[in-house]
Amino acid sequence: MTKKQKTMLAQILLSAFLFAVACVLPLSGMWRAIAFIVPYLLVGFPVLKNAVTSVFRGQIMDENFLMAIASVGAFVLGEYPEGVAVVLFYRVGELFESYAVGKSRASVSELMSLCPEEATVLRGGEWVVVSPEEIAIGESVRVLPGEKIPLDGTILDGNSSLDTRSLTGESVPRDVSVGDSILSGCVNLTGVLIFRAEKEFGESTASKILALVEDAAAHRSKSESFVTSFARWYTPIVIAVALLVGILPPLFGGDWATWIHRALEFLVVSCPCALVISVPLSYFGGIGGASRKGILVKGSDRLEALARVDTVVFDKTGTLTKGVFEVTSIDAKDPEFVLEIAALCEQFSNHPIARSLREGWGGTLSEDRVCEFEEIAGVGVSAKVDGVPYFVGKEDWLLQKGYSLKSVQSSGTHIYVANKEECLGVITISDRVKENAIQTIDSLRRLGIQRIVMLTGDGISAANDVAKQLGIDNVRANLLPQDKVSALQEISADARGSVVFVGDGMNDAPVMTTADVGIAMGGIGSDAAIEASDVVLMQDDLSALPKAVSLARKTHRIVMENMIFSIVIKILVMILCAVGVANMWHAVFADVGVSVIAILNAMRTLSKK
Amino acid sequence: MKKSYKIQNLCCANCARKIEDGIKKIPGVIDAKILFMVQKLNLEVEDGALETVLTEAKKVAKKVEPDCEIVQ
Repeated sequence: MTKKQKTMLAQILLSAFLFAVACVLPLSGMWRAIAFIVPYLLVGFPVLKNAVTSVFRGQIMDENFLMAIASVGAFVLGEYPEGVAVVLFYRVGELFESYAVGKSRASVSELMSLCPEEATVLRGGEWVVVSPEEIAIGESVRVLPGEKIPLDGTILDGNSSLDTRSLTGESVPRDVSVGDSILSGCVNLTGVLIFRAEKEFGESTASKILALVEDAAAHRSKSESFVTSFARWYTPIVIAVALLVGILPPLFGGDWATWIHRALEFLVVSCPCALVISVPLSYFGGIGGASRKGILVKGSDRLEALARVDTVVFDKTGTLTKGVFEVTSIDAKDPEFVLEIAALCEQFSNHPIARSLREGWGGTLSEDRVCEFEEIAGVGVSAKVDGVPYFVGKEDWLLQKGYSLKSVQSSGTHIYVANKEECLGVITISDRVKENAIQTIDSLRRLGIQRIVMLTGDGISAANDVAKQLGIDNVRANLLPQDKVSALQEISADARGSVVFVGDGMNDAPVMTTADVGIAMGGIGSDAAIEASDVVLMQDDLSALPKAVSLARKTHRIVMENMIFSIVIKILVMILCAVGVANMWHAVFADVGVSVIAILNAMRTLSKK
Repeated sequence: MKKSYKIQNLCCANCARKIEDGIKKIPGVIDAKILFMVQKLNLEVEDGALETVLTEAKKVAKKVEPDCEIVQ
């Protein structure tokens, strides 16, 4: 608690005590009034002061002013206990709100501790302690065991293990040694590391994650927009009703005192505090809680959309599968030769298939043997090896070119190698499904997500292979990048809830932006993924996906609970006040009590579960 | 032109909303957002209007919450 908060608490407690005493003592007349005025002024003076200044500032619908009128009005009508109760509970509510917000901010700013304040850098032959922001790319930085990594970099010397928990939520430490890249925000556990700074402080992972979480507040969900609009209308309407209630019935013969009293009760419930504070607080907690689990959600609106998901579309390679292809068989007259040609041609491609062909070959790849290299996205490559033109690629592509190909039995991806005249052979490569892919699909089904689709640029047999292992029956294969976008649009047209696309980000940018929620996996280091997606899963672990959905749903549920609870209770109490069943105590509860409950409920989103 | 500012002493969520509404009405402002939880003001203003808008914004803030400060 801050000093200001502690003072407030002291005032409240003292006032409450005096209030209780005043209620109990058998006093009357002026003494009774004084007995209540003392606790009233103790907590109410700041309220009255702010009320007066707010009128001068032109703020008539200021809560302080309304509370002041309500409580002073109560005193004038002789209802001393109610007058004190109004300001006492109002201040309790204020204190609680301030405390809760402070606590939530502090909890998320634990994330602030992702970034260390100091770093040790080598300058002029000596190790100097500086602020991490002053370190330039290329400088050597030293991190001792127990210290946090200040910048992204590559290890020059030393080996150690790192605690990546604050970035990824992963509790198993990661072993690193010379040549490995390390990210800011991780804690160095065992050995001394000296590394080369590859990115400046502001561009390093920890800073980027922080910026992302902070900016997430700027992307408002529909609920937050609703609450803002609602609050704009709520207070003026309630005040107008209060005026009507206070003035009309007496004009028609009612008792002034009674109806003005009721009007005062309306003023007490006129603040939409519970809603205005609890909804943003819930999303803030939800996003902060998610980032501690290695799930970065880039906006409250994405979190909201994620809660409504009923369709999940997966990219196959690298997302459901490891993306590490292996050559499993070669069907050719001269298998060695076919593999060599394929490997040489694929030297200049970054595609996972190219990599596996090169690894399968294993021999030396000389660049001068290859020229006129051309890669056609999604289908294959063409090049000249030792002056002879070859094509290496998919079945459809070669069929289109007029080659006659024999069908291959082995399952997996088939890469055909052909020279100008004929097809020389087929190389089969297969990818392996990720370990927890099956569990993830199951968990998603159990969460009620019935439609699970797999999209891939790969062939239908490889696709079906993986789909069967995972229990996915909706498969679309042989898709070029632009086909994936149309497939997603088609799927979205039929969907009632949100459509989520999960990919590894590298070439999925257009699809990511088409989906309601684009989720990129293994986000660390992949700037393209972070840019295009709505949610980044820091680890390459599919099990984060059902966790993200559960978290989104929990947050949404809490938001709905608070919204409905606050609005219903307030309206109920207003009706009851109007007919005389409820009195000012109930009105105060409808204001402060509801606020406190809503805030407590909202803070559940910050919990570790 | 977009700029982000830190806000100090913003204790009331409802006041944050009122300040945001007030700032949006200032001429030259394309959009304004107050992020109550992270205590920031995100402003989008017409080029060249930043200084005048900021002065006006500070006045708006003080009117609603006298203790509130917008920091460069």
